[in-house]
Amino acid sequence: MTKALISVTGLDATGIIACVATKLSEMNINILDITQTILDGYFTMMMVVDLDGAQRPFAEIDEAFDPIRAQLRMTIHLQRMDIFDAMHRI
Amino acid sequence: MIETGEILQTMRMIQEENFDIRTITMGINLLDCADPDAECCGQRVYDKICRLAARLVPVGEEIERELGIPIVNKRISVTPVSMICQGDPRPIARWLDRAALEMGVNFLGGYSALMQKGATAADERLLSSIPEVLAETERLCSSVNVASTRAGINMDAVRRMGEIVRETAELTCERDGLGCAKLVVFANAVEDNPFMAGAFCGAGEPECAVNVGVSGPGVVKTALEAVRGAPFDVVAETVKRTAFKITRVGQLVAREAAQRLSVRFGIVDLSLAPTPARGDSVAHILTEMGVEMAGAPGTTAALALLNDAVKKGGVMASNHVGGLSGAFIPVSEDIGMIEAAQAGALTLEKLEAMTCVCSVGLDMIAIPGDTSAATIAGIIADEAAIGVVNNKTTAVRIIPAIGKKAGDTVEFGGLLGHAPVIPVNQFKCDDFIARGGRIPAPLHALRN
Repeated sequence: MTKALISVTGLDATGIIACVATKLSEMNINILDITQTILDGYFTMMMVVDLDGAQRPFAEIDEAFDPIRAQLRMTIHLQRMDIFDAMHRI
Repeated sequence: MIETGEILQTMRMIQEENFDIRTITMGINLLDCADPDAECCGQRVYDKICRLAARLVPVGEEIERELGIPIVNKRISVTPVSMICQGDPRPIARWLDRAALEMGVNFLGGYSALMQKGATAADERLLSSIPEVLAETERLCSSVNVASTRAGINMDAVRRMGEIVRETAELTCERDGLGCAKLVVFANAVEDNPFMAGAFCGAGEPECAVNVGVSGPGVVKTALEAVRGAPFDVVAETVKRTAFKITRVGQLVAREAAQRLSVRFGIVDLSLAPTPARGDSVAHILTEMGVEMAGAPGTTAALALLNDAVKKGGVMASNHVGGLSGAFIPVSEDIGMIEAAQAGALTLEKLEAMTCVCSVGLDMIAIPGDTSAATIAGIIADEAAIGVVNNKTTAVRIIPAIGKKAGDTVEFGGLLGHAPVIPVNQFKCDDFIARGGRIPAPLHALRN
C-alpha cells in the first residue's frame, strides 16, 4: 500500500471536503483517515489516503489537484507517508 | 498511526525552518576511462558519466515531489582525475564540465590529486593546470589532499598549493576570486564526501554509488529555542533528537535514490550545512546556546558539543554514515558567520581553533589580496597539522580577494554567498615554507 498525506489549508469555505473527496473518488483513491479543524477561520485538513487504486504516477495525481487549488484558493500538499514514518517511528 | 502533531512538526521543519536534503551526489569510478590520448580519455569520461547519471536529476526531482522535501543539489563526484590522466589533463576538464552541464548538475567534483606522501607526474600536471581550469570551467570543482595522519604532511605540496590558490584568485579576480571557491586543500580527505567543492570518488569506492548530505541548522536552532537557559545535558540531548529525525529522512532519500537509479547506496553524511539564507545558520545555533556572536569566548566549546551531538543523534538513524559528518562553518555561506566576521568577533585564529572541533576546516574565508603564496601555504600547513595530529579531516578553502583589503566585501552569489575580507597575521613564514620535504606522520599513525 502506498500511503500518502493530503494536507489542505486556507480560508474556510463551503464544500472543501466534498470537492477534495470527489476528486479522490474519481481517481479511485481510498481515504483511510481524516482529521479536520478550523483555526482562527483557517481550514486545516489532513487526509491519509491509499494511492494504489489510482494506478498512475505520483506526479499525475498531484497535478490532478491543480484545478481545485485554483478554484478553492487552498494550499494542497500531497506527500508520501514514508517521510513521517521515517522521522517519527523507529 | 502517525499523530497530527508529528505531521505538523515535520511540515514546520520543511516549510519554516529550512530543513532540506542538501545534496544527492552520485560517485562514479572513472578508472576504466584512462587513455594515453587526453581527448579520447575525455570522451570516454563524458560518455560514462552521461550513461550512469542520465536519470540523476529527474530521479532527484521525483523524490523531492513525492516526499515533499526540497533536494537542493544533485551533483556528481568522480575518480581523482590525476589517476586516469596520462598526459595533459585540461581536455578532460573540459569534457567533465560539459558532462556536468549535459546532466543538469550544478557542480561536479574530482579534478583532484592525492599527494599526501608525494606527487606523481600526473599529479604535478594536474596541479599546474588548476588555476586555468577553474577559470575556464563553470561547474568543475577541484581538491588536493596534501596530508594524512598515516603519511604526514607533504610540505612540497603545501608550498605549491599556496601558489596555486593565489594564481587561481588572480585568474578569476574579475569574479572576486570565484575559482578559489571551487578549490579545496585537504588533510585526511574522505573518499565518499557528497559535499562540494571537495567531493571526489575515492579509489576504494564501488563503480557507482549514491551519497546523500542532509542539512537543517534552522531545525536545530528552533529546537534549542525551546530549552533556553537549560543545562548543557539538555542541550546535547535536544540536538541529538533533532539530528536523529533529520538523518532518518536523509536515509530514506538515499535508499529511494539508490533503488530508483539501480546503484549502490553509499553513505549519509550527517552534516549541518548552512546557507546564506536567514534561519539556515550554524553560527546562530551557537548564539542560541548563549555566546553573543560566533567567535566570542565559549564558541569552540559550543561547536564541540554541537558537532558531537549531531553525530551521536545521526549515527543511529542511518545504516551507513560517512563523508565529513559534523557541523560546517563556512564564513561566506552562513549569515551568522558573515555578521560575526563583519563585527570583528570572528578572527582567522578563532576560526582555526573552531576547526579543531568542527567537521572540516577553514572554509570560504576571504583574505586580503596582497597575502603572499607563502603565507597562504603557512595557513594550509597549520590546518593540515590540526587534521593530521587529531586524526580528522581538515581543509582550507580561502579566497585571496585580489585588489581588496581587510574590511572590504567579496560577492560570489547564490549558495556561495558573500564575505567580508578578514585580516591575516602580518608576520612572515617564507623560510619555513621554503624548506619543503615532508613533516613525518605523528606517533599515533602507528596503530597496528
